[in-house]
Amino acid sequence: MLKLLASRFLQGLLTLFVLVTLTFFLVRLMPGSPYTDEKAVPEHILKELKASTGLDKPWPVQYGLYLRNLVLRQDMGPLIKKDGVQVSEVIGDSFPVSMALGLASMGIALLVGIPAGVIAAVKRNSPTDFACLAFAMIGICLPSFVIGPLLAVGAGLKLHSINVAGWSSPTDWILPAITLGLINAAYLARLSRGGMLDVLSQDYIRTAKAKGVPGRKIITRHALKGGLIPAVAFIGPAFAAMISGSFVIETIFQIPGMGQHFVNAATDREFFLIQGLVLFYGFLIVAANLLADLAQIALNPRMR
Amino acid sequence: MLLRFAIFISCLSLISCQKESQVDRATKDGILLLANSSDPKSFDPQVVTGVLESNINRALFEGLIAFHPTEDLAAPGGVALEVVPDETFTVWTATLRPDAKWSDGHPVTAEDFAFTYERILSPGLGAKYASMLYFMEGAEDFNLGKTKDFSTVGMKVIDPLNFEMTLRGPTPFFRELLKHYTWYPVPKHKVLEYGTIAQIGNLWSKPENLVSNGPYRIKSFRRNAHIEVERNPYYWDAENVTLNGIRFLPISNVFTEARMFRDGQLHVTYGAAPEVVDLMKKVDPSAVRQEPYLGTVLYRFNTTRAPLDDVRVRRALSMALDREALCDNVFRGYLPAYGMTPPMGDYDPPHGTSFDPAAARKLLAEAGYPGGKGFPRLGLLIASRETAATLATAVQAMWREHLGVEVEIENKEWTAYIVATQSLEYDIVAGGWIGDYIDPLTFLEMWTPDNGNNNTGWDSKPFVAKLEESIQATDPAVRYELLFEAESILLEDSPITPIAWWGKNYLIHPSVKGWEPLLLDNHPFKNLKLVPQD
Repeated sequence: MLKLLASRFLQGLLTLFVLVTLTFFLVRLMPGSPYTDEKAVPEHILKELKASTGLDKPWPVQYGLYLRNLVLRQDMGPLIKKDGVQVSEVIGDSFPVSMALGLASMGIALLVGIPAGVIAAVKRNSPTDFACLAFAMIGICLPSFVIGPLLAVGAGLKLHSINVAGWSSPTDWILPAITLGLINAAYLARLSRGGMLDVLSQDYIRTAKAKGVPGRKIITRHALKGGLIPAVAFIGPAFAAMISGSFVIETIFQIPGMGQHFVNAATDREFFLIQGLVLFYGFLIVAANLLADLAQIALNPRMR
Repeated sequence: MLLRFAIFISCLSLISCQKESQVDRATKDGILLLANSSDPKSFDPQVVTGVLESNINRALFEGLIAFHPTEDLAAPGGVALEVVPDETFTVWTATLRPDAKWSDGHPVTAEDFAFTYERILSPGLGAKYASMLYFMEGAEDFNLGKTKDFSTVGMKVIDPLNFEMTLRGPTPFFRELLKHYTWYPVPKHKVLEYGTIAQIGNLWSKPENLVSNGPYRIKSFRRNAHIEVERNPYYWDAENVTLNGIRFLPISNVFTEARMFRDGQLHVTYGAAPEVVDLMKKVDPSAVRQEPYLGTVLYRFNTTRAPLDDVRVRRALSMALDREALCDNVFRGYLPAYGMTPPMGDYDPPHGTSFDPAAARKLLAEAGYPGGKGFPRLGLLIASRETAATLATAVQAMWREHLGVEVEIENKEWTAYIVATQSLEYDIVAGGWIGDYIDPLTFLEMWTPDNGNNNTGWDSKPFVAKLEESIQATDPAVRYELLFEAESILLEDSPITPIAWWGKNYLIHPSVKGWEPLLLDNHPFKNLKLVPQD
């Protein structure tokens, strides 16, 4: 167990190092730089600006400096298009917002998705099953940029104290959390239905039935544990994705989360911000996968 | 499950009983809720370059000359009582208000202005808009590092309240220039407290350190959420400031801001997409505003590439554009542009190419492409923002229909598009220009061969000669005539084809009073009123 953990940890570190290195060079291969501006910047000004962030140095030197600052000072560098702002401030400001929204969405996804999937599996081929499946298909097929505005117009504009967008009043999390939650609920419903169907056809379930164990008990005691393994494997990375924000949800609902930075940093060529975000997201994914592995081990004795 | 859902719905309906919207509340509190697109690059007026930053700076700072709430070309005194020229419009003397103060109570002095101009012109600061001050004698050489002696620049402090600015030539429109934020003062004592004069990233302009001289001072800032400003008690005209504060909201999505407006979360939106304008005209027409704005939508031709190096080809392409149809169908509130410069004040731009398909076909035939035969397939580069793609598709169809010419629309991501434009890696490229101040020069200067915004490869000696002549002209009427002639050369040679003069579309709540159409959209906030609606 410990050995497994240690090896996963080392793999994680290696992944992050490769990620940092690849990102560092890939962002510099894109056309333009953080100093590219619609109104041309005079050459002599550009020289001063580049020197102030070290972007005038050759790539290997920049790479060495970046790694040194990152490892020794935990310094991810500055933003270039925003004066006097550090990458760590941007992540520090926006991550708690995305985390809160992600947790709420995850709650909705779990509360809706898993029961729907389990009920569908138990009542296989019944109208309930078809309804759950239809719900899941709609959730998977309809993108958030359709569901989000529909909810905003349908609920936000009709109900006076639910705002269509914003992040200042206590009810502001409701619409974005539902949007983000429902999409993930749809995936979870399909996965848990599939997992449950697999388990329900196993011999040990038939044995339990033969021994006269009541239906409800078979589901909760015996089937659920194994049936949820595919869903749990999905939850790890999905959770990492949810708490790191979503560009679409954040722009539709005007939320100061982290997701928009992923897109804007790339179009703005904010080199240090892209690198910082990729590293941070990579860290979340690695950690979430590690936790998902642990959870699967706990659920499945054969994996121990 | 059902029960839980029922509880949730009843909670929703309970909260929905409260009726007062954010706008109603803010109106009572005298706070303007203003959509402002995005977070500013900085609060330092000397390092920013954008429209959204200028909105925030206009609340926080005040220049020598202020904006008038209704008149574009009026020049009321701001921090200066007056700015007076000599008879050649070359030497200007500014007299500051004795009661002008920074938001920490320090007086605003001539010394602050000398420091400010030295700062923005210091090459080390890397101020992208330093060239706005090149109108001052010696400013360009100082900014280019040719001299380190600031006394060579035409800025002379006479006493704490008076200073004299010597310009490179007669500049009758200098008061217009002075309204631009690059000329706003910065507090010498604060800048030096947090660093040196020409230090990039000097922390004086961090929100928690910021000291300003305008009607408002910064109250709170939350990244990507809001910027709130409150009354500056030290402002010289504090008693006439009507609004108690302004909340700038960085909403980047035009549809989100439209929904927020309808939900009572905004007084004024930053813009309005064509779809929003059409819808709102049906459901709430009084909220829609469509006003002329000092900008031009244009296409650039790469004059270094065949066949666009042939003026006949460029003119033919330009003449085949039905600008009226484009304005009616693609844009909302834009006007067909036949000149580079939108009409402003006494300047009426020359009329360039009109829509004339027959003449266009004839010109193209003369250039060796009768009916478009043998014409190479050119690329039309755009960045997919706003209406760019719709416009390109319409233009593509017009060229096909009227000239038999095929162009291929190339869609690039924003930064890649700018890089391609600036390195002349395109055939035809979509673009636009927003004026910095109300004078034709801001639309014409850019077409000189060494200007970084030319990006067409066009190099015309007669054009440059006319511009240079205009810089020396003392008589404003003669000056406009020379600029008119320069613009005529530009339109005749057609390295660009103007398409539409910008229109500003936005939504405004009826409680906002005193927000009148202005060409630069630079509304002085201190004169606005918020009147609660019944």
